[in-house]
Amino acid sequence: MNISLRKQRILYAFIFILPGLLLYLMFVIYPILKAFQMSFYEWSIMPGKPNEWVGIGNYIRAFNDPVVRISLRNTFMYTLVTVTGQLILALIAALLMNYIIRGRTFFRTIYYLPVITSWVVVSLLFKYLFQSPKGVLNHILVNVLHLIAEPIPWLRYPSTAFIPIDALGIWKGIGWGMVIFLAALQTIPNELYEAAAIDGANAWQRLIKITLPLIRPTIVFLLVVLMIGGFNVFISVVLITDGGPLQRTEVILSYMYHQAFDFLDFGYGAAISFFLAAIIITLSFLQIRFLRRPAETS
Amino acid sequence: MSRIFIAFDKYLKKIMVYLIIVLGAVGMVIPFLYMVSTSLKEHAYSIQFDPGLIPMNPSINNYQYAWQLSHFQIYFKNSLFIALTSVFFVVLFSSMMAYAFARFEFPGKEIIFFSILLVLMVPNMVGIIPQFLLAKTLGLRNSLWGLIIFYVAGSVPFNTFLLRGFFETLPRELEDAVLIDGGNYFTIFFRMVLPLSTPALATVSILSFLGFWDEYILALTFIDDAPKRTLPIAIALLHGQYGTDWGMVFAASLIAVIPVIVVFVSLQRYFVGGIVAGAVKG
Repeated sequence: MNISLRKQRILYAFIFILPGLLLYLMFVIYPILKAFQMSFYEWSIMPGKPNEWVGIGNYIRAFNDPVVRISLRNTFMYTLVTVTGQLILALIAALLMNYIIRGRTFFRTIYYLPVITSWVVVSLLFKYLFQSPKGVLNHILVNVLHLIAEPIPWLRYPSTAFIPIDALGIWKGIGWGMVIFLAALQTIPNELYEAAAIDGANAWQRLIKITLPLIRPTIVFLLVVLMIGGFNVFISVVLITDGGPLQRTEVILSYMYHQAFDFLDFGYGAAISFFLAAIIITLSFLQIRFLRRPAETS
Repeated sequence: MSRIFIAFDKYLKKIMVYLIIVLGAVGMVIPFLYMVSTSLKEHAYSIQFDPGLIPMNPSINNYQYAWQLSHFQIYFKNSLFIALTSVFFVVLFSSMMAYAFARFEFPGKEIIFFSILLVLMVPNMVGIIPQFLLAKTLGLRNSLWGLIIFYVAGSVPFNTFLLRGFFETLPRELEDAVLIDGGNYFTIFFRMVLPLSTPALATVSILSFLGFWDEYILALTFIDDAPKRTLPIAIALLHGQYGTDWGMVFAASLIAVIPVIVVFVSLQRYFVGGIVAGAVKG
């Protein structure tokens, strides 16, 4: 390839990349780097007043902040519960859907409805369903099924306030996981199952010995993406409990948002969000490294 | 005898499977049914709490209140304008960028691409404080176009990543033929690559549209003026104002949700293909 043609191609490449790249650098990359810088300052909201360099002061403060500790624990618990719930239920749903032919598209659509519905709407919906004393769920538990004598004030106590949030997280995510599992299941050749059946393997053995190992990359993918999603929980918490009662149901992002936009503590908010980013990036790399390897070498 | 038994066993198994699937489907749908039912109950009934799934005196008054008195016709228009405009620019810019990544060598290519992968892992909200200050400085707060710029910029990374994978599967031979015939890379891109990529572009468009239509956090942070609100913030605020009037809140919610469901059900094949393509690439 001669030089002028090569230069010409580079020029074309930059024309193609330019509009997207400019927006990306200015409105995505710059804010992230700026947030990193802010996290080392006592950031002043007053124009003209200088920002005070505090080094890792904001991070130390976050480390000792009891609400950060509560938020971290809540975020981890939410992620653990919802990722596990979504993975198991989505896998079961996909295995069942893979078994049937008639009505598959119809049921897939139904299971996917929560996925496409706005977080704002479904959060308010779950808040409504879990109301007390006069909420739909309490009504069903007390008056229809007679499982409990008194309505449960779900949102009043930190111990139960996460139940609607967890339930929502799982309910909203099953359809997405199911669609992806289903696509992976359909790549497994039927002959493998037939051969295993001839060898006398039962359904459970076929699941453990054939299906799960073969869809391992999909499981890892879902695990990583769902985990990132779990750590990013925000809208449902803000709309269902808003971190209450007494900040006991804050998650990292809701606490960060409250610090930044209610208390205008921008530097501290930025530090908290980087705390979360560091956790997510580390865990993502660890999961990809340790879980994907065996599948690729075998 | 045993053959009949096996056939019967299979039949029974199938019934069991359908039974569980239907049960799951009921679980998926019931919350929505309660939403619809409550939206059809008028104020008084919501307060008295009529827990029945079928409203005693169904009425569409809540929808009329939401649409007119609560200005949801304005919010609907805002959301539609923002979502459609953003989709147009996201598709254009992401596909251009993805094409450059798929076909050209240029300085900085690896670094930019690696940064995109890294950004996909960083929570969107990490940049929100500087984004807020930036919008203020540039006069983009309280502006629909301001939201559009941030929406487009924010979804360029993921869609570039998705489309690059798709463009790489297109045959290069056709492109060389266009060059020999005296066309340039713009001819190739607009006349050949984009038309050949309709399914992928449809996927990107639909998924982005949904994302913009439902976006809450940036809109909440950037928009203060009531006439500039989008549906998600208007719904959340409605709940804040009329906490107990769930009928009205859900009527407004359904105004936002029903178009999405219609789009989803009619364009499903693009959706499912795209979701899976994104997953396999990831």
